[in-house]
Amino acid sequence: MPGKLKVKIVAGRHLPVMDRASDLTDAFVEVKFGNTTFKTDVYLKSLNPQWNSEWFKFEVDDEDLQDEPLQITVLDHDTYSANDAIGKVYIDIDPLLYSEAATVISGWFPIYDTIHGIRGEINVVVKVDLFNDLNRFRQSSCGVKFFCTTSIPKCYRAVIIHGFVEELVVNEDPEYQWIDRIRTPRASNEARQRLISLMSGELQRKIGLKVLEMRGNAVVGYLQCFDLEGESGLVVRAIGTACTLDKLSSPAAFLPACNSPSKEMKEIPFNEDPNPNTHSSGPSTPLKNQTYSFSPSKSYSRQSSSSDTDLSLTPKTGMGSGSAGKEGGPFKALLRQQTQSALEQREFPFFTLTAFPPGFLVHVGGVVSARSVKLLDRIHNPDEPETRDAWWAEIRQEIKSHAKALGCHAVVGYSESTSICEEVCILSASGTAAVLNPRFLQDGTVEGCLEQRLEENLPTRCGFCHIPYDELNMPFPAHLTYCYNCRKQKVPDVLFTTIDLPTDATVIGKGCLIQARLCRLKKKAQAEANATAISNLLPFMEYEVHTQLMNKLKLKGMNALFGLRIQITVGENMLMGLASATGVYLAALPTPGGIQIAGKTPNDGSYEQHISHMQKKINDTIAKNKELYEINPPEISEEIIGSPIPEPRQRSRLLRSQSESSDEVTELDLSHGKKDAFVLEIDDTDAMEDVHSLLTDVPPPSGFYSCNTEIMPGINNWTSEIQMFTSVRVIRLSSLNLTNQALNKNFNDLCENLLKSLYFKLRSMIPCCLCHVNFTVSLPEDELIQVTVTAVAITFDKNQALQTTKTPVEKSLQRASTDNEELLQFPLELCSDSLPSHPFPPAKEHLESASSNSGIPAAQRAMTVEKASPVGDGNFRNRSAPPCANSTVGVVKMTPLSFIPGAKITKYLGIINMFFIRETTSLREEGGVSGFLHAFIAEVFAMVRAHVAALGGNAVVSYIMKQCVFMENPNKNQAQCLINVSGDAVVFVRESDLEVVSSQQPTTNCQSSCTEGEVTT
Amino acid sequence: MTSELDIFVGNTTLIDEDVYRLWLDGYSVTDAVALRVRSGILEQTGATAAVLQSDTMDHYRTFHMLERLLHAPPKLLHQLIFQIPPSRQALLIERYYAFDEAFVREVLGKKLSKGTKKDLDDISTKTGITLKSCRRQFDNFKRVFKVVEEMRGSLVDNIQQHFLLSDRLARDYAAIVFFANNRFETGKKKLQYLSFGDFAFCAELMIQNWTLGADLKELKVLVADKDLLDLHKSLVCTALRGKLGVFSEMEANFKNLSRGLVNVAAKLTHNKDVRDLFVDLVEKFVEPCRSDHWPLSDVRFFLNQYSASVHSLDGFRHQALWDRYMGTLRGCLLRLYHD
Repeated sequence: MPGKLKVKIVAGRHLPVMDRASDLTDAFVEVKFGNTTFKTDVYLKSLNPQWNSEWFKFEVDDEDLQDEPLQITVLDHDTYSANDAIGKVYIDIDPLLYSEAATVISGWFPIYDTIHGIRGEINVVVKVDLFNDLNRFRQSSCGVKFFCTTSIPKCYRAVIIHGFVEELVVNEDPEYQWIDRIRTPRASNEARQRLISLMSGELQRKIGLKVLEMRGNAVVGYLQCFDLEGESGLVVRAIGTACTLDKLSSPAAFLPACNSPSKEMKEIPFNEDPNPNTHSSGPSTPLKNQTYSFSPSKSYSRQSSSSDTDLSLTPKTGMGSGSAGKEGGPFKALLRQQTQSALEQREFPFFTLTAFPPGFLVHVGGVVSARSVKLLDRIHNPDEPETRDAWWAEIRQEIKSHAKALGCHAVVGYSESTSICEEVCILSASGTAAVLNPRFLQDGTVEGCLEQRLEENLPTRCGFCHIPYDELNMPFPAHLTYCYNCRKQKVPDVLFTTIDLPTDATVIGKGCLIQARLCRLKKKAQAEANATAISNLLPFMEYEVHTQLMNKLKLKGMNALFGLRIQITVGENMLMGLASATGVYLAALPTPGGIQIAGKTPNDGSYEQHISHMQKKINDTIAKNKELYEINPPEISEEIIGSPIPEPRQRSRLLRSQSESSDEVTELDLSHGKKDAFVLEIDDTDAMEDVHSLLTDVPPPSGFYSCNTEIMPGINNWTSEIQMFTSVRVIRLSSLNLTNQALNKNFNDLCENLLKSLYFKLRSMIPCCLCHVNFTVSLPEDELIQVTVTAVAITFDKNQALQTTKTPVEKSLQRASTDNEELLQFPLELCSDSLPSHPFPPAKEHLESASSNSGIPAAQRAMTVEKASPVGDGNFRNRSAPPCANSTVGVVKMTPLSFIPGAKITKYLGIINMFFIRETTSLREEGGVSGFLHAFIAEVFAMVRAHVAALGGNAVVSYIMKQCVFMENPNKNQAQCLINVSGDAVVFVRESDLEVVSSQQPTTNCQSSCTEGEVTT
Repeated sequence: MTSELDIFVGNTTLIDEDVYRLWLDGYSVTDAVALRVRSGILEQTGATAAVLQSDTMDHYRTFHMLERLLHAPPKLLHQLIFQIPPSRQALLIERYYAFDEAFVREVLGKKLSKGTKKDLDDISTKTGITLKSCRRQFDNFKRVFKVVEEMRGSLVDNIQQHFLLSDRLARDYAAIVFFANNRFETGKKKLQYLSFGDFAFCAELMIQNWTLGADLKELKVLVADKDLLDLHKSLVCTALRGKLGVFSEMEANFKNLSRGLVNVAAKLTHNKDVRDLFVDLVEKFVEPCRSDHWPLSDVRFFLNQYSASVHSLDGFRHQALWDRYMGTLRGCLLRLYHD
């Protein structure tokens, strides 16, 4: 009995009128946890009852604490008939189970009913007393922290990044246990909500156990999803990256303490980029590895354990290490071996992270993905997870072997998704093949000599672009050149990845959102025939999506994609593909060649003219885009083909002499080949359409930028003005003579119009960037296409943004957004006062980042401010204060990003993971489908904010709407929607507030020394 | 391809002031889109008509959802569904409760009942204000009236507390409630020259200084007692001789004017007759003076002297009552005395 949960019901307000006669309500509250229920007294005749209940105490196992949600039901007392439910509040108490997070949950929660929506609010206080658990074989994993954020959370330091954790649980879907005539919507919805809440808790606990087994203490990049399989059940699955994290926020751990090694870890002096020269080269094609497997009815009974699928594929050192190149020599082999051994122990060397501590990512190979079509009605034992586990294991195995083919031993930016239509399910996984630095993966593997070797090498920012595979044995044809930055290693002409742009990468100009959109009609079919049809279509779709992306990228004059996410959605009679990514111009990669159109009938004069007209249009667009996105790479080599690669701007001092050596020149000529020849052959009307559609994408209006990564490459000076939003559109296709072209056009227009609307709506925020633009497509019915977009608009400072060269101010601003990552990597350098001379003299860049204003002082301030921080429930209650222009009480920010511009996250309060169902039988009265969904999404936001505020937080970061399943039946005047959202509740403090506070504090030695450093660098 | 569903939900609720204006003015989405197109917004932003249509619909939906909360403004502040910065909340409330001069002049002093609501069609036609907007304004008047009707304490304070209006707007509503409660006639043709501001000014003076049930009948002696009336006249004339451009007209008219002013006081004691206050003031005082072309300064001189001279009337014992009555009446008359 290791825990005591205490709940107090304080008051209610704005309750609905339940008694028409008196226009009042006799409300009371049921508090339920597990199988225990308490009740408050009935508070007669009030819409604002004051219960002020005693503390209801539940004595529970911590296993239950993790699995069960606290259920609070508000009811209207009725003497003569059954009590009417007003609504419910589910509270996830997980944040109270680890010490660093919230200590109390206290605040006003919206009372939610699945039929009526929010009906007033209730004030609740929840506390947990945890006893020490002596049982070593416990089933709970209390204390393991969960983060949705796909990078090392600010104010933590990654000691070890252990790797992939996954789990899935299955249950019968209550919706399908009811016979339609008997089922009351409310009962069924509530059963589902409760079940999913329970399953999420169980899933999180099980994942936590795996993390503990790995000796980790946290899961980063936690992604949980639901599969509503229908009759075969309801699956909740999650993936994440197990880590051992160290908290940084306490000043003691920071200043003097940082020269003594913390905990069990050897304090390894951090070293920027391990060795850019370690690998010889090979080719890269961005996106090549897909598999389409279809196994309709195989039974996967061989696995007994739910997810420990041992597929015993020992990673061979094959391609990668076999090709240990010229310069790298034995050292490189050593590094590889070590990494390999570190990763070999892992079944799946996958990482759900998309941003990494500097130096973690050594090389990037390209995108790897795998898809598989399954039939849900062929699951032998649908109540058990084995079959699904086997499916996923199969896909992961594919991913792993693809990565290996690219000479990579790991996959980063890894994610999994499904698309279900009736009994057909497409399972997808994708990630970025990569070579990682072993240092983070395991403690104790890194030898001193290796360290030294690493330090001898100059840190560069282009290392991740260098190909990890063997040049002579390329998995696919690709054009290679010498890196435009270091000129030592080979780089591909184009790089596609699923990760965020590494913060130290050099980018020219700004980035932009690039989307490929595609529809394919498919005959309606049953079972195997259907699955086969889909399997046959998938490769074509992948190919076309890829071609579109490549064309659009070239049209933008850019050479790399980040954050690539390809979603394939299956419907009754069509397949939809939507790929989103952020295009950038990487300085290390060659200038992309243009697009050449080649006609098929060269003798036709007018046709020729048409082609040349098109060609001109394309060339104009490229030129315009280059100007728009400020892509001015230094001295383009196009005019001087065959001459040495021009000097990359900025950091050229060291490398200049090398680049002028004649050896390099000849080698370059060879590899340069004919990179310009990207030819689009127009051989039929389809191709013509494609070219046309290329040119229909309208750039955002002036003052707007957009990207689907965390931050926009090339913009660093964000202001604190942010606006997160969700927009949903559903269009009905005219069912008459639908062709692929018409479909494509409809879909393309839908997405483009949606973007246009967003730009218009947010025009007051100009200059502004839409960040983390996340599109999801679903096909709720035969002729309906639904697109859901969540993103955040951030205003930036125009004046500074216009400067293309980085000023020191800008640099420090840029640092600010990534501060903690750097901060946590340089603990030793930071304590300059206690260490007269640095034991590990950092490279110049290290010094710079360590001493930039966001380094130590900010972290130090963090604790001073925590006391003064104007957050918490007290603050929340102040909402009742009369309006006042400058008050910002009770505001809870939401953002899909992992940070808040202009602010510092001082505390992570726990994961928010909420699932809601809303249903109506009076659709017209609620304003039709738009009115219904608009209200529901607003309510979901409200419930998220209320939970965050009750935890004492003032923001949700890494917010994501994972599911928005909308169904309507206008004839019956009915609609239903399921929404699943998650994110990390945090406390943040404005940087401006921090400065005020810190300036009031006596300045410490360290702080002043840091300030000096700032001035000099 | 038709849009079945099209929504935008921000964590901070987006409020477009221009669209809010159009919504408050009661325009349909179609009309609002047309008006926005005419404003040149498409050229400024490079948007398409479809984008504008979608945007307008979306804002209208938001306003529709907010309307329920605007009916009880403190709810807007406490609710959790829409995150709106306080300054925006204040703007939403203030604009929602703002009214049109033309409309309020039509309704001022009328019973805020269903009967009046039926007349809104005519008012809409007459004023050119959309019926929807008329309804909103009427319902606002009625709602505020109902809430504060039975309350004790300062009318302005009560309104401000329950509707979170600005001081200016709360005072205007106090006047509307006061007029509706007393059913003052304001619609007669001879009162048409008066603005809502004139009435509101008078209402404020009356609310501040007058209480119900004061025995104003006692003042009647000033005109009923012939000696007293003569004495009063001579005192006023002595004091104003040579100082008033319209002295002879005043002298000739004094008794009529005085009777008019004192009889108004007497009528105030009968609820039925209270309604005619402004008609009487205009008929019995404003119009006679105006027909004799009294300048405003002479009106002021006269009223000051007329009111002060009563202190020298030994036989009159209700000096305090007189001062309270005349103090307010003088203020009102001076405000009402214009073309």
